[in-house]
Amino acid sequence: MLETFYDVMRRQGISRRSFLKYCSLTAAALGLAPEFAGKIAHAMETKPRIPILWLHGLECTCCSESFIRSAHPLAKDVILSMVSLDYDDTIMAAAGQQAEAIIEETIQKYDGNFILAVEGNPPLNQDGMSCIIGGKPFIDQLTHVAKHCKAIISWGSCASYGCVQAAAPNPTKATPVHKVIHDKPIIKVPGCPPIAEVMTAVVTYILTFEKFPELDRQGRPKMFYSQRIHDKCYRRPHFDAGQFVESFDDEGARKGYCLYKVGCKGPTTYNACSTIRWNEGTSFPIQAGHGCIGCSEDGFWDKGSWYARLTDLKPFGVEANADTLGLAAATTVGVAIAAHAAVSAVSRAKANKSNQPVTAKEQGE
Amino acid sequence: MSQPNDTPAFQPAVYVYEAPLRIWHWINALAIVILAVTGYFIGSPLPTMSGEASDHFLMGYIRFAHFAAGYILLIGFLGRVYWAFVGNHHAREIFIPPFHKPEYWSGVLHEIRWYAFLEKEPRKYTGHNPLAILFMHFMFVWGLLFMIVTGFALYGEGAGLNSWQFALFSSWVIPLFGQSMDVHTWHHLGMWWILLFVMAHIYVAIREDIMSRQSLVSTMISGWRTFKDQRKVDDGH
Repeated sequence: MLETFYDVMRRQGISRRSFLKYCSLTAAALGLAPEFAGKIAHAMETKPRIPILWLHGLECTCCSESFIRSAHPLAKDVILSMVSLDYDDTIMAAAGQQAEAIIEETIQKYDGNFILAVEGNPPLNQDGMSCIIGGKPFIDQLTHVAKHCKAIISWGSCASYGCVQAAAPNPTKATPVHKVIHDKPIIKVPGCPPIAEVMTAVVTYILTFEKFPELDRQGRPKMFYSQRIHDKCYRRPHFDAGQFVESFDDEGARKGYCLYKVGCKGPTTYNACSTIRWNEGTSFPIQAGHGCIGCSEDGFWDKGSWYARLTDLKPFGVEANADTLGLAAATTVGVAIAAHAAVSAVSRAKANKSNQPVTAKEQGE
Repeated sequence: MSQPNDTPAFQPAVYVYEAPLRIWHWINALAIVILAVTGYFIGSPLPTMSGEASDHFLMGYIRFAHFAAGYILLIGFLGRVYWAFVGNHHAREIFIPPFHKPEYWSGVLHEIRWYAFLEKEPRKYTGHNPLAILFMHFMFVWGLLFMIVTGFALYGEGAGLNSWQFALFSSWVIPLFGQSMDVHTWHHLGMWWILLFVMAHIYVAIREDIMSRQSLVSTMISGWRTFKDQRKVDDGH
């Protein structure tokens, strides 16, 4: 029989007491009721651990960096020992041929039973040549492994939406995972990177319950992506009061006013930064005095500027936003109306002049 | 010109716009003004307030006015659609334009020629003229519907995942546009679209009140269309 998660943890020298602590903390992080701590413990004691293949496409490894910094107690055990990370080219021991062989081995041993985690995305232009793994385009590796997996986790904004490499004009045609793989369940955990605790919680949920947590319409776990940064932002009272930072060196900035006017994307960004925060709950961008850039939203690189409330639009290749565009249209129409009114008045005056004698004559007859 | 033989008995005025429709028109106009002004200040807030956050609720009030006016506009629009069913046939004109009738399009062409100063005289209509129907159908009816849908999609984000606004609008509108910021941008552009409509609408109503052969502005106040000559109306052309 395969090892259970509990077996692995015990082998790592973790006491039962801290194991149970971990279970209840995870249940709390997932927003589950207290009785789920027992269920998680039971699942971990009885279920064989599920292998995870972690593939890297076009990406910057910030997801991995975030993941291994999970502050959750025992999180590093989740990653490095409990979860069977059979292939993750950033943190695995093997290299070269040996490493690539692990993929085939996992597919053979656990066909249809392993989780595929994807960090980054495949570029499709130039036959996928912009991302080569082990001598082959990443798209080939991805479709091959995806065929045999049970489900897919799309780590980060790259795998979920495309992120920076898919920003306009997207020369390599970097394409998010769900637009390439259509026949497997996919959970998106967007963010650049996603919050470490969110990542470990999602993995724990999937492994213990063998299913995805409840997802929203876009395939994100509802427990972390159902509210906007703005909804839980500690600076929200300043927003409602109409107290804004007008520039980064003003009195408002020093007093910690709302960053809305200097481009904060908190009101349009679904993520858990304002509740879970980063680095053991130390801070998050807004707390550090910089607006949210909306990194967990679709196409956020193209929704700039990050320092203005209104998104830049480029109609006819000219820089503008909704207001400059609208004002230009309104001015054009206004001028046209004025001109048309003037011509109307003149033509009416003329018509009246030429009509009058005629009517007079008619009346005379 | 003498009266043609087929002219019906002299008709000084026709009751065109019934009371519910007129009330809707002016409430709707007021709602649009409030929505445009508050909406603009939501996108580009007023200069910052000093002091403690607990002393002020400026942005909150602006947003409240926007949402309240939005609800009034929505309910008004639903009432207007209802009136299109139960009201007189003029109440249906801007919702279901007679695009399938060739004479309608010749009417549109004639009206365009009138605005281009190529016709000496406009035709005479009891209801809207064909160009007005076209203009109101696309600029106004669809524009307003677009603003209602995108507006309530944005409202649903704040109301939360379990709200009816989220279920009915946000859940599909936000992914359709890409993300929340895109919906904001399009909703903002929609405001300018409506503003263009308002500018042209007011100009044309006043111009035709002066230059056409029937009353315009007073008709939306009293409901009665009065005519300046006794010749036959060109309805349907």
